[in-house]
Amino acid sequence: MRRIVSILLLVIVALGISLSLAKIPFGTPKTKVGRHYIDEGIKETGATNIVTSVVVSYRGFDTLGEVTILFIASIGLGAVLSTFGEKTVRDIEPASLVLSTGCRVLFPLILIFGSFVFIHGHLTPGGGFQGGAIIASGFLLIYLGCRERRISQLAFNLSESLGGLVFVVIGLFGLVLGGYFLSNFLPKGTVNTLFSAGIIPIIYIAIGFKVGSELAGIIDNLIEES
Amino acid sequence: MSFLNNYIYYIGAFGLILIGLYIILVKRNLIKVIVGLGIVDTGVNLFLISVGYITKGTAPIFSRPGIDSEDMVDPVPQALVLTAIVIGVAVLALALSLAIRLYQHYGTLNLRKIREQKW
Repeated sequence: MRRIVSILLLVIVALGISLSLAKIPFGTPKTKVGRHYIDEGIKETGATNIVTSVVVSYRGFDTLGEVTILFIASIGLGAVLSTFGEKTVRDIEPASLVLSTGCRVLFPLILIFGSFVFIHGHLTPGGGFQGGAIIASGFLLIYLGCRERRISQLAFNLSESLGGLVFVVIGLFGLVLGGYFLSNFLPKGTVNTLFSAGIIPIIYIAIGFKVGSELAGIIDNLIEES
Repeated sequence: MSFLNNYIYYIGAFGLILIGLYIILVKRNLIKVIVGLGIVDTGVNLFLISVGYITKGTAPIFSRPGIDSEDMVDPVPQALVLTAIVIGVAVLALALSLAIRLYQHYGTLNLRKIREQKW
């Protein structure tokens, strides 16, 4: 019964969607604002990666909100999974030599790659969110490969809070110096060099630290539960 | 053929969304419902990206001088999806942690047997 009702419901939804989508042509330029970002983005923000300039500069306030959602989700996960003193210590079989050595060799390389991705977010494909996810995958490797190792929760919390604090403080500096929140008050520099685009690399590095430590903290919480 | 060329991405994206909605509506296992949520998330991301696509377009990155800016795709949906992917992962993890607690409390993941669930 439930199956039939839900299939009927989905058919109605699909009909409505297809009626409205038939008027949206595929593969044609649709928004003027995207055109403006591509044409004027380098002049206005100094970042050659237009997606980065949209995420951090044009829609920086929106990104702050999205980082906050991420923060609340990770806090909520910690609160739901927190156990009061009933931690059971299980005997963990140590990983084999090959596995643990491989982890130890790969982990710094993954960290370097992740930091490269978020430091060069304004020049090449990549940025804080992607670099943070890569760094979290490095921590996941450590947790799966060298199972007796634990990284302290305090360090995660510290770098997470530091990342959020840098984002907000730079935004407030922009409010004081430039007249509006997150205004680009630093010199833009030469286009296509590492030290360019003003506050964009700094904010993206902060986002990278925040996302990396949040995702790693989520992995840590879930592994402690299993 | 031109119908497929024009609409295959929309059909794929909304196919994923409808499959996910069907799973959420019909399945009784909580883990399967969460998997359905993940599928809906993926479908929405695909749809946003395909709305922003321009035929034969390139990534909106001026990685070397002299790139023609005329055939670059719309950067706004890409920026939205970029953050939505990471948020999707975090929200899925939150839902899984709630599922862990529900299982510890009720001893089952069947939504019908969890008594607060009326249907």
